[in-house]
Amino acid sequence: MIVRILYFASLKDRAVASEETIEVPETCDVAGLWAIVQERHPRLREVTTRPLAACDMTYAAWDRPLGGVLEVAFLPPVSGG
Amino acid sequence: MIRLQADPIDAAALAADARGDGDGAVSLFLGTVRDVNAGRRVLFLEYEAYARMAEREMERIAAEAIVRFGVTKVAMIHRVGRVEIGEASVAIAVAAPHRAPAMDACRFVIDTLKANVPIWKREHFDGGAVWVEGV
Repeated sequence: MIVRILYFASLKDRAVASEETIEVPETCDVAGLWAIVQERHPRLREVTTRPLAACDMTYAAWDRPLGGVLEVAFLPPVSGG
Repeated sequence: MIRLQADPIDAAALAADARGDGDGAVSLFLGTVRDVNAGRRVLFLEYEAYARMAEREMERIAAEAIVRFGVTKVAMIHRVGRVEIGEASVAIAVAAPHRAPAMDACRFVIDTLKANVPIWKREHFDGGAVWVEGV
């Protein structure tokens, strides 16, 4: 399945991309996707605290299966206001 | 009026948008950019958002405030892009028939926005810039 991945703030700097589209196994969950993108972008391996993830614009648990999900965003701790 | 915008915020217009003729109170909160943080002089801030999700979360917080506090309307704007010292990076206006729910809801909205809405600030200072993450 094809998933669109978005990166923000420091994660965008580390991935050197704000978005990308990749093919992932049907059985993949959020944690699995994070492992895949860490493989693709070595500087993401330096991230020690697990980022937040949103699936189709809703915050998601780390074990959320990606079946049917079109867009996954990896989000550093927010700092708006 | 709930949105992100690059231009400076017109707080009076936001308050007017929130208020209806049945409201006796409008609580207005402005978050403004300071020239110092953690002992370091700040030149300006730059905000980035996951825009579609941020606006959706802001709508959700407004709806929750209406249900929890019985207020009439919540309006809010958050800036994106460069924000200068002294400018408001966020403005929230909550209207209600009476002051207590308006003020309580306003506090709830800014606290929840800061905790949940996918927006990040980058602090620019002499000689560099850093993402502020998780405050």
